[in-house]
Amino acid sequence: MSAMRRSTLLRHGLFFIATALVLLALTSYVFDAFTNYNVTEVAVFAIAAAGLTLLTGISGQVSLGHGALMMIGAYTTSVLLTHYPDAPLILMLVGSITTSALTGAIVGIAGARLRGPYLAGATLALAVALPQVPTHFAALFGGNQGLPVTDPSPPAFLGGNFSPEQWLAWITLAAGVLTFFVLANLVRSSLGQRFRMVRDNEVAARLSGVDVARTQVLAYIISAACAGLAGSLFAYWATITSPTGFTLNLSLSLLTAVVIGGLGSLSGAVIGSFILVYLPVWTSGFASSLNLSSNVANNVPLAIYGIVLIVAILVFPRGIAGGVGSIVRGAARMVHSSRHRRALSAPETPLH
Amino acid sequence: MRPEINRSRTGAMAAVAAAAGLLSAACGSSSTSTANTASAPGVTATTVTIGSTQPLTGPAAPGYSEIAPAAKAYFDYVNAKGGVNGRKIVYTYLDDGYNPTTTAAQTRKLVLQDNVFAIFGALGTPTHLAVVNYLNSEKVPDLFVASGCNCWNSVSQYPETFGWQPNYTIEGKILGQYIAKNFPGKTVGIFAQGPNDEFGTDGILGVTDELSGGVVNLLPTPQYYTPTSAGAMAVGGAIAKLQAAGAQVIVSFSVPLFTAVAEASAAGLNYHPTFVVSNVGSDPATLSSILTGGALGTKLPAALITGMITDSYLPPVTDTANPWIALFQTIAKQYAPTLPWDGNVGYGIAEAYTFVQALKAAGQNPTRASIVAAVQNSHWTDGPGLTPYAFSATNHNGFTGAEMVQIGADGTLTALSGGVQVTDDTTSGAITPYSGTASTPPTSGIPSD
Repeated sequence: MSAMRRSTLLRHGLFFIATALVLLALTSYVFDAFTNYNVTEVAVFAIAAAGLTLLTGISGQVSLGHGALMMIGAYTTSVLLTHYPDAPLILMLVGSITTSALTGAIVGIAGARLRGPYLAGATLALAVALPQVPTHFAALFGGNQGLPVTDPSPPAFLGGNFSPEQWLAWITLAAGVLTFFVLANLVRSSLGQRFRMVRDNEVAARLSGVDVARTQVLAYIISAACAGLAGSLFAYWATITSPTGFTLNLSLSLLTAVVIGGLGSLSGAVIGSFILVYLPVWTSGFASSLNLSSNVANNVPLAIYGIVLIVAILVFPRGIAGGVGSIVRGAARMVHSSRHRRALSAPETPLH
Repeated sequence: MRPEINRSRTGAMAAVAAAAGLLSAACGSSSTSTANTASAPGVTATTVTIGSTQPLTGPAAPGYSEIAPAAKAYFDYVNAKGGVNGRKIVYTYLDDGYNPTTTAAQTRKLVLQDNVFAIFGALGTPTHLAVVNYLNSEKVPDLFVASGCNCWNSVSQYPETFGWQPNYTIEGKILGQYIAKNFPGKTVGIFAQGPNDEFGTDGILGVTDELSGGVVNLLPTPQYYTPTSAGAMAVGGAIAKLQAAGAQVIVSFSVPLFTAVAEASAAGLNYHPTFVVSNVGSDPATLSSILTGGALGTKLPAALITGMITDSYLPPVTDTANPWIALFQTIAKQYAPTLPWDGNVGYGIAEAYTFVQALKAAGQNPTRASIVAAVQNSHWTDGPGLTPYAFSATNHNGFTGAEMVQIGADGTLTALSGGVQVTDDTTSGAITPYSGTASTPPTSGIPSD
């Protein structure tokens, strides 16, 4: 027990192995193919949102352009697959992480000179401009129609009836658990400490000997690598990589997931991604059950999404993870204080 | 989390048997002797569930968002008359916003969660290309894609997929032939969705095939648009280039919103070429509602589209004397009273009619294989088209002919000289006048057996 308390690595290791086993059991025995397909999407967004959490929530840099970094990962995988259709999946993932991290380094170096709204503006430009690139280099990137991607087929030893959805869920969740394990340790490390120092007070950080610019660029690179991994898996999930999949909307959705889930909290990234994927599913079902005229019904899911955003921000200003956290702490305090009262009112037993 | 579909097999079979028993008791006069069974995914003794992805929102929504509700109106009409072989058609269509990534997700939902028997009339070239491999590998019948991409007629690669409307190369050839005959010596420019979008490239292939002989001055560089809001802003520049190049005729392979933007841009430049537009982008009611409704920022006169030339493979929707159009209009009025009467609604109902033909031909207890075989082997001679379907075991094209029509000042479509022309999607295939007579709909409005 004391070893576990002392070693963050050991504690996180056990927690993430347990999570991986639970996910393995769920995807294998509980979820059907469509649930596995949706869970894959949640995991893809969670990986990207976790990277954004590190960047925005922990190192204090806003990015409105994470969709563009995902796009670079997705296109890296898709272009590689077009030319080397038989290359192993792990190479695609590594390739995508590399190109996105390089892009992240460039954006990070440019962005290290910018603060707040100026950084947001620069990354916004990336999110708007990058989707135009494939239509200008249509021969390489397939234009607006995009590049088709074949989802990885399960290996033969798993049997003929093993669904491709389950296989992709395994791959994506494994990548997700690994990413969260690395990030969770990183946040608790001395580097994570430097990220937070830079976020909270740059002058104080600099006085303490932290190289602010280098720390910020490093945060950008790690965050972009996550986005690249997510983008590569997104390509396999969507089976099509086209510019329409990476609009500004995607970047804003990722930021929404991070904020709704809880800025700066890795578990918040998971909660936010879950909402991002499942809210449209629930609302479109709700809209079609209302029997409205089609012009209204078609836009009801968007309206509900907006309302949920507003309500969530009003009710949980620190995100759902933060909100739940404070409810739990509040409850713990109440329990504690009532125990305290009971202890006070309890008749004192004579000691002697 | 786990839907019951496909899981509790024995329970489902018992329920089906019970339902079948009820049905045969209820319809004692049924002419068939065997009972309805749950013969395939999405098929029960009393229902057939089919699905579709449609641009209910987004850049292709103006006009096209009416197609699926119109098809549903026809299915409601058939269901009200007892359905097909005692089964009601349940039609689930989901919004993809004309975004291929969303199409991929929505199609998985239809196949994996809603457990549809077939995909029917899924709309859009770039969108459907995102899922055609998936549907074929899962062996889901992919009937009558609402797009004229040549790619749907790839029998060996996509055995489950069928087109319906004339593909864009066939259409391009027929438009091109008309231009060659009626605008000799004129400068002709091309405006198309693209680059690298099969809608544009297939159409350009057909037009160029007819116009490259030197009878007209065909501008070598087509102008492209991308079907996004950013793409809409770039249309003005593309039209200005065609104006600068002296194009007197513009052939346009565009969705309605972008046809309207192109027309409005030309008018804004005081440039008045003759627009020759693919059928999919030329419905007069849709265009005039985009122009006059202020969707382009300001309210523009509907007269901008007067004189536009296009083609029609169904009887023109404004020809209310045509028995097919009269039937479809009656059905639309009764089952989809909120929809305007236009080419999109006519399209949706006509396509749904073809699906009912296919479902009837697939047998009392249809399977995914039997409906594909039915479309290939039935060789129907009747149908709403101006020409019969070309479906066979080696051809997955639907209609292969069209007539040229022009939009009049009141928005009605008038047939131009030349009659119905038929051709194939090869560059060598000749264009020949269609000699057959048009069929008339059955009095019941439902395809006969």
